[in-house]
Amino acid sequence: MSQTVEMTAELPGTFYTRESPGSEPYVSVGATVSVGDTVGLIEVMKMFNPVVSTVAGTVVEVCVEAEDSVDVGDVLLRVEVS
Amino acid sequence: MADISRLLVISRGEIAVRTIRAATELGITTVAAYSSADQDSLAVTLADESVNIGGAHAKKSYLNHEAILTAARETEADGIHPGYGFLSESADFARKVEEAGVTWVGPSADTISRMGDKATAIKTAEAAGVRVVPGSGGLVTDIASARIAADQIGYPMMIKATAGGGGRGIRIARDEAELVEGFAAATQEAAASFGDGGVYLERLVDSARHIEVQVLGDGTRAVHFYERDCSLQRRRQKVWEEAPAEILPASVRSAMCADAVDLAESVRYCGAGTVEFLYDPATEEYFFIEMNTRIQVEHPITEEVCGVDLIRGMLLVAQGHPLPYRQEEIAIRGHAIEVRINSEDPEADFRPAPGTIESLRWPAGPGVRIDTMAYEGYTIPPFYDSLIGKLIVWAESRELALARLRRALAETELTGPATTLPFVARLLDQDEVIANEFHTTWIENWLEEEAR
Repeated sequence: MSQTVEMTAELPGTFYTRESPGSEPYVSVGATVSVGDTVGLIEVMKMFNPVVSTVAGTVVEVCVEAEDSVDVGDVLLRVEVS
Repeated sequence: MADISRLLVISRGEIAVRTIRAATELGITTVAAYSSADQDSLAVTLADESVNIGGAHAKKSYLNHEAILTAARETEADGIHPGYGFLSESADFARKVEEAGVTWVGPSADTISRMGDKATAIKTAEAAGVRVVPGSGGLVTDIASARIAADQIGYPMMIKATAGGGGRGIRIARDEAELVEGFAAATQEAAASFGDGGVYLERLVDSARHIEVQVLGDGTRAVHFYERDCSLQRRRQKVWEEAPAEILPASVRSAMCADAVDLAESVRYCGAGTVEFLYDPATEEYFFIEMNTRIQVEHPITEEVCGVDLIRGMLLVAQGHPLPYRQEEIAIRGHAIEVRINSEDPEADFRPAPGTIESLRWPAGPGVRIDTMAYEGYTIPPFYDSLIGKLIVWAESRELALARLRRALAETELTGPATTLPFVARLLDQDEVIANEFHTTWIENWLEEEAR
């Protein structure tokens, strides 16, 4: 049986789905992620902090829009653990 | 240029508060433009009115031209004060404000674009007779021409790869032997790393001081308010500023200030601005580096030693009034120091530390000024820069100002997020700081040595 894990923001700030406006998104729905993969960035006071996956699996939902503000505990994405 | 009766304040944080205070004292109705993350800000509380200009992310609010121009229309603002940061040095936005028939409190769009681009600013400075960092100008292609250029520039100098940048592709030559050796190596290295062997030469200003002159112009005449020493920096961010720069010989001070006024008048400067110089204490030479066409964070120390109100001055000249101060009336009295209080954790490599201020006690008493947006219960949002306040002290001498700063820091109590207050207190204990013997990379060297 598969299990879905929520990845939440550990910092408050602005969420980014890609490294720079010209680059590909780190992940999108259907992508497979491994433990340690960067799945997004959170900008806190002009410092960019990577959001790192703690699980391996498949992204089933990206819950926030790029450049949305997020608070600690907000769900960023849902991953179906493989 | 017309009278301002309703001023839209489009900055945030402490400078928005500072601007609202000056405008209120002039009898101007203030409207605070705020993002959704700033609805509980002190600026919104203190302003007569407020208007939401968009989401937390600055691109959606404080950098959003259309949202701000719409807010100006809807609130019937006839003036816009940009503070510092965000759109304060955007020629494009200043032009749109002018075209909307709203008074822009700052230099014209043309002046901003002329002084905002570094290469153009350097040319303008040279044309006004202000010395810039000596260099070869263009590429140097062989050692013979490098030698000729070097005679003009003087040692030590940098051999810089034209395709380099961000500190890469730079070699230092302290004499002719090093130039000969370094030139060949630098050309080869540049070709190998950047695919372009072009190099140029520029004087290295070692252990420099960052000294800047405050000016105010009315479009015809300009006056200066002497200088500030902003050499205590961490990663090129100013940490601690003083006025005056006590290390400057009187003759250098008057030449530097006269240069700043000449430069401002040569571009018919209207508004407050800062002319920045690198100063080499060993040779007593100074070189223009850039001009900031806005009010600066550290303006209060100038206000304290000169007894003036620079934001009021900006508001007056923007409305077409002549300069409110005559040069011969402007004098320095005593010494002022400003320290920046950032919500960063000095124990964790200055990591940003947004959060809620649980308790707060500011210092008070003689010679103490606090410019801040912080209050008890205020939640510092994570979306903007980390400056939450500035502690400014004034006293009759530098020595007394240091003692007053020590006293004021001891009175200050802030609980909640980590701040740079303990870091500032440690700086105050360093012999070099007390003796006024530091330069622009001194803090980094000190922190590196401590970490060892």
